[in-house]
Amino acid sequence: MSILIDEKTRVIVQGITGSEGSFHATQMIEYGTNLVGGVTPGKGGQKFMDKIPVFNTVAEAVKEVGAEASTIFVPPAFAADAIMEAAAAGIGVIVCITEGIPAMDMLKVYDYLQDKDCHLVGPNCPGVISPGKSKMGIMPGFIHKEGRVGVISRSGTLTYEAVGQLTSLGIGQSTCIGIGGDPIIGTRFIDALKLFKEDENTDAVVMIGEIGGTAEEEAAAWIKENFDKPVVSFIAGQTAPPGRRMGHAGAIISGGKGTAAEKMKALSDAGIHVCKSPADIGSTIKEALGL
Amino acid sequence: MKIHEYQAKEILRRYNVPVPRGKVVYTVDEAVAAAAELGTDVVVVKAQIHAGGRGKGGGVKLARSIDEVRDLAGQILGMTLVTHQTGPEGRVVKKLLIEEGMNIARELYLGIVLDRAVSKLVVMASTEGGVEIEKVAEESPEKILKEWVDPAVGMTAFQARNLAFGLGLVGKQVGNAVKFILGLYRAFVETDASLAEINPLVITGDGNVIALDAKINFDDNADYRHSFYAEMRDLDEEEALEVEASKYNLNYIKLDGNVGCMVNGAGLAMATMDIIKLAGGEPANFLDVGGGANVDTARNGFKIILSDKNVKAILINIFGGIVRCDRVAKGVIEAAKTMDINVPVVVRLEGTNAKEAGVLLNESGMDFIVAGSLQDAAEKVVGVLQ
Repeated sequence: MSILIDEKTRVIVQGITGSEGSFHATQMIEYGTNLVGGVTPGKGGQKFMDKIPVFNTVAEAVKEVGAEASTIFVPPAFAADAIMEAAAAGIGVIVCITEGIPAMDMLKVYDYLQDKDCHLVGPNCPGVISPGKSKMGIMPGFIHKEGRVGVISRSGTLTYEAVGQLTSLGIGQSTCIGIGGDPIIGTRFIDALKLFKEDENTDAVVMIGEIGGTAEEEAAAWIKENFDKPVVSFIAGQTAPPGRRMGHAGAIISGGKGTAAEKMKALSDAGIHVCKSPADIGSTIKEALGL
Repeated sequence: MKIHEYQAKEILRRYNVPVPRGKVVYTVDEAVAAAAELGTDVVVVKAQIHAGGRGKGGGVKLARSIDEVRDLAGQILGMTLVTHQTGPEGRVVKKLLIEEGMNIARELYLGIVLDRAVSKLVVMASTEGGVEIEKVAEESPEKILKEWVDPAVGMTAFQARNLAFGLGLVGKQVGNAVKFILGLYRAFVETDASLAEINPLVITGDGNVIALDAKINFDDNADYRHSFYAEMRDLDEEEALEVEASKYNLNYIKLDGNVGCMVNGAGLAMATMDIIKLAGGEPANFLDVGGGANVDTARNGFKIILSDKNVKAILINIFGGIVRCDRVAKGVIEAAKTMDINVPVVVRLEGTNAKEAGVLLNESGMDFIVAGSLQDAAEKVVGVLQ
C-alpha cells in the first residue's frame, strides 16, 4: 500500500535531543510512526519522552532496537557525516531534513552511498509520509489521506499545497516523497518512479519539479519508455529570472539551462499531463484517473 | 555568491595558479601609479563588476602609454557598464584592475562546475577560448573536452594530461597546463567554489599558461567555514533591498512587476509568482519567509515589499502546517496595524485552523481581502489592480 515506509518500519531520529529533532520526533509519534529510538552522540542512555531510548551511535540503535530507517535533524556542518553513519550501520531508508549542507560534502556522501544498500531521501526536504501509516519528516500529517496516488516533489510547502488539493477532492495518497531542493540529492525522480512502478497500490503519480538541473527532463525520458501509470506534473519557476538562486540551492537557471519552459516541453512530449497553474494539480489528477 | 575578477585571481595566486601581474585601483591616480609600477609596454584596464560580457560593453581596454591609461581609467571609472548580464540599467564601475599585457599565442577555455546529472565535478576545456561556453556547447559540443572527477580520489594528473593533449598543447605547455589545472581544482575544492571559469586561458608565446580572466562563485552553504567569504562580498554589486532582506533572514529577490508577494517556502513562492502571472499580473518579487510567519517576519516582509515603489498590491500566501494559520493571521494583523500599508493586501492562509484565521482577518478592522484557494487569491490580487 506504500513505498519506502509503512506502519511496521522501525524508525529512529538522528539529532533527537535537539530542538528540531525533539519537536518533530514528538509529532511523528503522534502521527503513528513506529519510532523505536534516537541518536545523539554523548547522550546515549537517556530516554526521550521517558520511553524512547537514545543511543550514542546509529550502529547501536540498529543492534539494540533493530532500527531500519532514520530521519536526520542534524545541523548542516554535521549532517553529511550523519548520513554516512546511517548508511554504514545498514539503515535502509535515510531521510535527511537538514537544509544548508555544502555541495562539496554532498559530493562525497553521494559517492560513499554508491555501494550501500539504502535509499537516501533529501537533503533539504520535508521527508517521506505513507499516509495513515508512518511519517518521517516535518510535513503536517493531517492534510494527507490514505489512498492510491504517489507524490514526488522537490519542494516543501508546494507539496503540501498539492496534497491539500488532492485530499480536498477525496483523492488519497499512497506515499509522498519530498526529494529535496539541493543540487545533489539521494533519491531522484526516476528512483522514486521505479518504486511507484512496482507498487501495485499506486495508480498515478504527481511530480512537482522546479527550475534548475535536468532531473525533470531525465524523468520524462524514463517515463516515456518505462512507466504506464498516469503522471501529472507542475514545474515551479515559470516566472523566475535566470542566474538567480530561488531559495533552494538547486533552483537556479544557469547558462540558459534548467528553465521551466524546457522542462514542461520535455514532460508534455513524453505524454505527461503538465499543469501550467499550481491550482490545477488536484483536478488534473482527478481527470487523469477518470474520477 | 559572486566575487570580482581581481578577487578570483588573488585566490588563484594562493594556489600557485599563474595570473598576470596586476593591481585593483579605485581612482585615476592609483591607476596611473599601478601602470607605472607594472612597467610593461601594454597595460590592460579592466572594469570590475560582477557581470560578464565586460569587454563587449566597453569595460576592458588596452593602453600603450601612461597617458592612455589615464584617459581610459577616467572613461571607465564611474561609467554605467551595460552588458548582456547586467540588464538594461547597467552597473556603475567603481574599481578597475590594472594588469600587464600578455603575449598571447592561443586563447583557450577551462572551467569547473558540478555536473548535477551524475553528482560529480566536471572539468571542461575547449579550444574555443574567449567566447561564451554556452554558445560552444550549443553549436559545437564536440569541441568541449570533459573529465569527471572521482570525489574520493580528486582530479588526477592523467586527467589533466588528457585535457592538455586534447587541447593540442605541446612541449612545456603540457606540464604547465597540468600544473594549472590541478591547482585550479585544488582551489575550487578547498574554497567550496560552485563554479570556476578561466576564459580565456592563454598560452603565451614562451609556453606559459596563464589565467587572463577568472570567474569564481562560492557555495553559500559553505560560508560557515570560510570567513573570507564575508570579506570578499561586495554589497555594492547586490540589490540594496536584497541585502536589507538578508539581514532579516528573508529570502527576497526583486523582480519587475507590481504584485508583491510574501510566501512560506521557496517552491510555493515560485508557484505563487507563476499563478499571479497566469492570472494576468506581474510578480514584483520572490519572497520566502521560511517556516512560519510571525509578527516580526510579517513586519519585515511588508517593509521590504513596500520599499519597492512599483508594488501596487500584495498577496500573502502561507501554508500553515505545523504553524497554525490563526497564529499566522494574528502576526499579519499585528504587523499591519503598526505600519502604513497603502496598497490592497490579499491574504490566503491554508492548512491548520484556516477558517479561524479567515474570521480573525475579517474581524480585524483592517482592509484585508481574504482569499480561499490559490486560484481565488491570484484572481483577487490581480482584480484589485484593475
